[in-house]
Amino acid sequence: MDGRTKIRQMIQENIANKKNTTDKIMPRFFFLMAFVSVATTFGIIATLVTDAYKFFSVVPLSEVFSTRLAPLNANPSFGILPLITGTVMTTLIAMMVAVPVGLTAAIFLSQFASDKMRKILKPIMEVLAGIPTIVYGFFAYSFVTPMLMRIIPSLGAKNALSPGIVMGIMIIPLVASLSEDAMNSVPEIMREGALGLGSTKLEVTFKVVIPAAISGIMASIVLAVSRAIGETMIVTIASGSSKAFTLDITQSMQTMTAYIVEFTSGDAASGTTGYYSLYAVGLLLFVFTMGINLIAQHISKKYREEY
Amino acid sequence: MSQETNYIRKDSRMMMKDINQKLPDFKVNSARIARRVKLNNFLRHIFSLSTLFAIMVLAILLYRIGADSIGWLNTGFLTRNLSIFPEKAGIYGAIIGSVLLMLIVIPITTVLGVSTAIYLEEYATKGKIQDFIKINISNLASVPSVIFGLLGLAVFGRMLNLGSSILAGGLTMSLLVLPIVVVASQEAIRAVPGFLREASYAMGADRWTTVRKIVLPVALPGILTGSILAMSRAIGETAPLVVLGIPTLILKIPSSIMDDFTALPIQIYYWTLDTVLTPEYANLAAATIVVLLAVLFILNSVAIIIRNKFQKRF
Repeated sequence: MDGRTKIRQMIQENIANKKNTTDKIMPRFFFLMAFVSVATTFGIIATLVTDAYKFFSVVPLSEVFSTRLAPLNANPSFGILPLITGTVMTTLIAMMVAVPVGLTAAIFLSQFASDKMRKILKPIMEVLAGIPTIVYGFFAYSFVTPMLMRIIPSLGAKNALSPGIVMGIMIIPLVASLSEDAMNSVPEIMREGALGLGSTKLEVTFKVVIPAAISGIMASIVLAVSRAIGETMIVTIASGSSKAFTLDITQSMQTMTAYIVEFTSGDAASGTTGYYSLYAVGLLLFVFTMGINLIAQHISKKYREEY
Repeated sequence: MSQETNYIRKDSRMMMKDINQKLPDFKVNSARIARRVKLNNFLRHIFSLSTLFAIMVLAILLYRIGADSIGWLNTGFLTRNLSIFPEKAGIYGAIIGSVLLMLIVIPITTVLGVSTAIYLEEYATKGKIQDFIKINISNLASVPSVIFGLLGLAVFGRMLNLGSSILAGGLTMSLLVLPIVVVASQEAIRAVPGFLREASYAMGADRWTTVRKIVLPVALPGILTGSILAMSRAIGETAPLVVLGIPTLILKIPSSIMDDFTALPIQIYYWTLDTVLTPEYANLAAATIVVLLAVLFILNSVAIIIRNKFQKRF
């Protein structure tokens, strides 16, 4: 055997060796790792559904949809309506802050501000989105509530108004940056066309840019709602744990998320109805946020204008 | 009055005069135009106010927390352990807890996240499986963090019997921030130009060698940035840890990952809740927030530096 065939053989062996080991194993390894995220989703759904099922098999539906929530009472009752009103009220307040401020900030940054101004203002505003929610909770409880008390003397130390407002402030950057992206993706030709016809920038914004970007703007608002519903620490700290069925935002109201936090940190014994009620509330929360996210995806797909 | 508006005003006035002279039948409603321009200017200021409002709130928040922490934030506070007496309390245990938590979260999320991104970008063929995993990750990113806490409580806490240990907290947190690492790594890998891969294949390298020696090194800055951002999310996240049932007062410094622990955000949470009984706890909470925000600031600065300095453009 001469040298050349030997070398050829060696190369062939090398290739065969390599193909058989790492190069073939790695794709499977990566697929397995990618599967962890899918398993997480299924894990979430499985744990929520199995434990919520145990809850619903013990507690009749007529009790679930009642207004009396007293999980630790000697005669416990698991009416979910107080939690839903708490969640809806705080979310509504947050939206009343986040949507007008976020949208107008987006309009200013994308239509009126100079490039230089935008480059300075936008990152500063985004800092708001990076602050941990626990910090906002502290801010709501120790600063915003006492400040509001001067205006509304009947305001409770724990109330739905202050965390709602602070939650809205936290969500401003989300609404602003997603809406701004949507407005910036409107073709420049359309804007210039309208400006060339003598429109003011304001008219261009409201008659050309916003109608063209409406799908992205709506999607940003819907995503903001989902964020507000799932937000936990701000409402836990500043809205308290009153389980009364009320619409009075100056008093304490418990949200679904705050209920979960209160009940687990108050060591709910495994296997009790109270423990399973956590998962029932968790399932409801999961379904709400997931449904809202699907709506957002649907909106941005369906109403998108193609240019 | 900005120069631009002056220009518009002068211009439109001249135009109106011009049109009125040349076309006497065509009446230009100058009052209406003036009104439109006025409205434009007025609302422009209103819109700029809302941007300013957000920034003002940020400034007030930072100022208030800074003012509350003055006198409480000192080296003793950082090196002492927890105590029920406010003037003796420190956050050494919480710092160690947060560090140990990160030592679990970083390797797990980086391995899982980067592998997932490599699979999606380099190996997966376009089709239903790839779409499914992608949709799954974007949905996972929008699940409220408290739900991850419930998952951790049921699976890690009760089923695997890890209780409220650092390991249980770290595993829960890893799953929570996984989507951030995946998305960032995907973007970094996608930005590696195709000709580099082709050159590698042309030199006889197989797929894995190409990924290992070409794609990953080039994508590394982007991946690192994503990991750091994920870390800064994990370090401030409170709800999942509280749901796991971390005890209120931990006086022992954790020595292994199976120990119960407290972390910076947890400490802020409990101190804030207890301000009703002990007002000084508000100062302790504020001082802890300053430490937490300082850590976040450093992490984000590092991420920005890495992105700007090492990211190559092709």
